[in-house]
Amino acid sequence: MGLLSKKDAALIKDPLFDNNPITIQVLGICSALAITAELKASIVMSISVMFVLGLGNVVISLMRNIIPSKIRIIVQLIVVATLVIIVDLVLKAFAYELSKTLSVFVGLIITNCIIMGRFEAFALGNGPWRSFLDGIGNSVGYGVILIIVGFFRELLGSGTLLGFKVLGDPIEKTGLYAIGYENNGFMLLSPMALIVVGIIIWIQRTKNKSLIEEH
Amino acid sequence: MEHIELFFKSIFIDNMVFATFLGMCSYLAVSKKVSTAVGLGAAVIFVLAVTVPLNWLLDQYILKEGALVWLGPEYAEYDLSFLSFIMFIATIATMVQLVEIIVEKFSPSLYNSLGIFLPLIAVNCAILGGSLFMQSREIPSLGLALTYGVGSGIGWFLAILAIAAIREKIRYSAVPPALRGLGITFIITGLMAIGFMSFGGMLTGGDEKKEEKSKVEAQVEKEEVKKEAKEIVAQNTTIN
Repeated sequence: MGLLSKKDAALIKDPLFDNNPITIQVLGICSALAITAELKASIVMSISVMFVLGLGNVVISLMRNIIPSKIRIIVQLIVVATLVIIVDLVLKAFAYELSKTLSVFVGLIITNCIIMGRFEAFALGNGPWRSFLDGIGNSVGYGVILIIVGFFRELLGSGTLLGFKVLGDPIEKTGLYAIGYENNGFMLLSPMALIVVGIIIWIQRTKNKSLIEEH
Repeated sequence: MEHIELFFKSIFIDNMVFATFLGMCSYLAVSKKVSTAVGLGAAVIFVLAVTVPLNWLLDQYILKEGALVWLGPEYAEYDLSFLSFIMFIATIATMVQLVEIIVEKFSPSLYNSLGIFLPLIAVNCAILGGSLFMQSREIPSLGLALTYGVGSGIGWFLAILAIAAIREKIRYSAVPPALRGLGITFIITGLMAIGFMSFGGMLTGGDEKKEEKSKVEAQVEKEEVKKEAKEIVAQNTTIN
């Protein structure tokens, strides 16, 4: 690993577990929950956030010395909005069906707190390369949770993964369905996303006691 | 009638927090005490009531396909809707700044109670979400846009008020240590969202035309509601 010093590697590794943006920093939950009913949508959402956060962090970090601090929020919003428009147009051009499922949640990447949070906390005080690593690390940490939630919701809710019927066919009663298994349609409804994330937090904090809150 | 229907729909059925998860970040961060929750909730209602109608005007007269026709017939083919994210967020950020300045000047007492929350609001997903849903649901008139803004603001307010009250009480219960704080808040919100789903059929009862159209859907919904009820009962019994 000649490319990354130890400090730089920590920038990528930390957000994955002990400083995860969703379960520990409580950022970026808004868009994370609504689109996780399918694994495919969660993967596309993670990639979009990675693109926006990685590039946005670099741009803000390059401009950090010329942005007047009073209007920095508006400047940051404009930078994110531009990047999100690129993502939205690319999705509309190459994956139209998917962009319909994601609907307004692509636009809501703009106000995804994870992005503003990283701009404020990191990119305004660090150089472009470190900011880029921080952006990638945090968006991967975000993506991991999204993919875990998407995996369980799609598997238990519709018995498929990425659209493939991994548990057999529910109509022809093959695979697991032959012995009486039923899909739990409730997993596809929005409240279950919250409960699944709650359980992930529970497991994570049972493993790492130092993360437990007072109240 | 239209207004009343949209109003209740945006409060209960399409509740911002429970149905679409908008504004979750500040919902989780600012809900530790009821008094601060009320402050932020009021600020959200206020800003939504201002920005949704404003963005409706923008959408109708500048951004939509053919919206520029008032400039002359040769502009009829322009479609600027790809700019809507940037326009909406710019409007919201400037409006929030403007509201902050005006409130500070004319009502210092209101500023003292609302002021600290206003900067938080520019990046609250509920505000941008309100405008984006207004656009994608094609709300037909300015008045309805105002109703929609106020209604969804009130829905958000109710949600944060309820969770703040529950979190104040839950301090006295024996929650498993690893679930304390964030974990239990997520699970409670999930349960509240299940509760709010029961408002789903509130507005379809009595409306003959709609019922005929969606008889099959209604039946499916009924079965779903039954399933939910069972789940809720099961969950309640496990809690008790």
